[in-house]
Amino acid sequence: MSPRRMPLVALMVVALLLAACGGGEEPPPASAGGSEGATEVSGSLFAFGFGYESGDEIAKVRVDRFREEYPDAKVSFSESGFEEQPFLSALASGEPPDVVNLPRNTIGTFIARGVLAPLDDCIAQQGIDMGVFYDAAVSQVTVEGTTYALPEFFNSRIWIMSNKAFKDAGLDPQELDVSDWDAIAEANEQLTKTNGNRLTRIGIDPKLPEFLPLWSWANASDIISEDGLTSQLETPGVAEALEYSNSIHEAAGGRTKFLDFRDTWDFFGEENQFAADQLGANPFEQWYLNVLADVSPNVDITVRPFETRDGEPFTWSDGNAWAITADADNPGAACAFIALMTAKDTWVEAGEARAKMRNKENKPNLGVYTGNREADEVIFEDLGLGKWPSFEQAVQTILEVQENARSIPPSPAAAAFETAWISAVDGVMTGGDDPAEALAAADQEAQEAIDAAAR
Amino acid sequence: MAIRSTDPQQHATGPADEPKAASKRMTNRRRELLWALIFMSPWILGFLIFMAGPMLWSLWLSFTDYDPLVPVTNFIGVENYQELFSDPKIRTSLWNTVFFTIFNVPGTIISGLVLALLLDKVGRAAGFFRTAFYLPNITPAVAVGALFLLLLNGRDGIVNQILRSVGLPGPSWLNDPAWIKPGIIMMMLWSVGSTVIIYYAALRNVPQVLYEAARVDGASAWQQFRNITVPMISGAIFFTLIINTIASLQLFTEVYAMFFGSQQSGAAGEAALFYVIYLFSNAFEFFNMGYASAMAWLLFVVIGLITLVQVKASKRWVYYEGAE
Repeated sequence: MSPRRMPLVALMVVALLLAACGGGEEPPPASAGGSEGATEVSGSLFAFGFGYESGDEIAKVRVDRFREEYPDAKVSFSESGFEEQPFLSALASGEPPDVVNLPRNTIGTFIARGVLAPLDDCIAQQGIDMGVFYDAAVSQVTVEGTTYALPEFFNSRIWIMSNKAFKDAGLDPQELDVSDWDAIAEANEQLTKTNGNRLTRIGIDPKLPEFLPLWSWANASDIISEDGLTSQLETPGVAEALEYSNSIHEAAGGRTKFLDFRDTWDFFGEENQFAADQLGANPFEQWYLNVLADVSPNVDITVRPFETRDGEPFTWSDGNAWAITADADNPGAACAFIALMTAKDTWVEAGEARAKMRNKENKPNLGVYTGNREADEVIFEDLGLGKWPSFEQAVQTILEVQENARSIPPSPAAAAFETAWISAVDGVMTGGDDPAEALAAADQEAQEAIDAAAR
Repeated sequence: MAIRSTDPQQHATGPADEPKAASKRMTNRRRELLWALIFMSPWILGFLIFMAGPMLWSLWLSFTDYDPLVPVTNFIGVENYQELFSDPKIRTSLWNTVFFTIFNVPGTIISGLVLALLLDKVGRAAGFFRTAFYLPNITPAVAVGALFLLLLNGRDGIVNQILRSVGLPGPSWLNDPAWIKPGIIMMMLWSVGSTVIIYYAALRNVPQVLYEAARVDGASAWQQFRNITVPMISGAIFFTLIINTIASLQLFTEVYAMFFGSQQSGAAGEAALFYVIYLFSNAFEFFNMGYASAMAWLLFVVIGLITLVQVKASKRWVYYEGAE
């Protein structure tokens, strides 16, 4: 290239880059499902973050129902769970999926960036009654009064206790006052079992770092404001919750001993921690009961709700949701699809398929915990769990506590916020950081991320 | 008697024909250059489209607040670069990465050389061992990470069982921040196979006559190794030094699979936060692509400087056969 031409070429490259980047303000996304002719459900539809071929009966039954009801619509799937990187690539390449199935606790990030379409028109068009969904789930998909997604599953956290371990320690799982942190600490000591210097049973697993919000709520403290815009990690109650829950590791001989032992558990297998008497109790997501029902149908457990220190039962809920992307090619079909995937009748049909399969295998059917309370009323009407009293009691407990669920509000910097508090908990657990100082630093980091994302 | 050419054309060539011959040589050279460029064009195009283009694009992005989900991108000057120096996680992740590199690169070179020397002595069995050493390199990195979660378990992992059998207390490789990086170094040394193969090939090329001469002169095995083997394979050592340094500074997959994927227990804290992992988080979890681009360029500069120092220093110790 001639040296005389080089500045000209450089100028052109810079101009191209500027033109590509300086897009200017774009109009806010139109409400999904509301365009003219949107009632016609046909054409192709691509759903990201969901699998049909790779899915279970719950996925297949619902998709089959959509295909039967809307034969002119051709729906295809990414056949994978939600992953930010490929989703981002799809958006950046200008070929966004029509619908996306994503975790509710990440949804605020995408709403703030205008990736998801408001569902007002879709909800009106399909006649969806948002009141049928659990409040805690709806609050996770609603920003400033606008709904951006329809809740799919409803995942709760409850105490799962091993009856064998409690009996061995001379305790009654029903009698343990789970609102009394001293009582929990004492039970932890009693439930912990060692053989010489070797830990053979963890008394209580506080599930840190990921369950800090649960312990904080129990201590009457929220880690983030209701509008998701203010980090509250610096709240003294959060630090107190962290200090207490972290101290639970000590009975096992310290955190590394605790984790080294926990890492050996056959978590999804027949010799899981409850069957192998390696754990006394832990707060955990309710889906794990399905694992136990599958691999250890005769496991002897008690399920209790988590409680605040004032004795109020509550749960922390999350789960996935169905949303329509702002630039969806087929918003009408997308709207019909997400409405049907979360509708009562569809869920009931899926629940029946699950029951049929479990009965065939002669294993307990624990139902399907949906975000739709009307569907749950039918699904859980009679699960036929008489043969499995542990699971019957577990299901009843979960259903009772579901209405008293809390959830982390949608935040424009959901991932950065979570990373900040998880890092703080890690610092306390591994590095012996002071909980209040670690959370104060995390608070600042999280707030900066939220402010930047909100801008 | 001098032999003279009888070629009439040669007789015809005189001082007046020299410009014509030079022009012909130039034409030939241009034609050769053209053909060379044609043959190289697939690579050149690939380089421009898939390497140089994205690199320049990322350089531009590093001066912006680019978020792929936001339609508006603003030019923010050197703000991202300034933030690099105030972000404590940059310091942590850089330190973790440098610590790993300092121990992993010499470890890989030394263990690779020892294994290659052993391979050179085993005769017919070399083929089997060569394959065995290389197998870990064709194992998917995620599988390696998952495998070492089992091997390095502080309680029942094989590594600690072996240590205990000889009376050594096994540390908590996966959950004690002080032992996480040594555990990762151990895992990466398992994949030393490619370095072994390079050294083995280099060793096979060392002229045996040099050893024979040295033995005649009474050189010991160590003297032969020190004064013949090492200089003769110094080119291969230099090559592996460069590529292993770059690979170590870019460590990602195995560690991400072990500590940041679905296996995440939160136990690693920041002990396993390597630079590229933090870069990935900024880009694909927090969507701070501008900042992540600045991080990428900082790493590029660091790698460039280290490589430059290594290349300069190599003139003192690398021997190239046939070089002046």
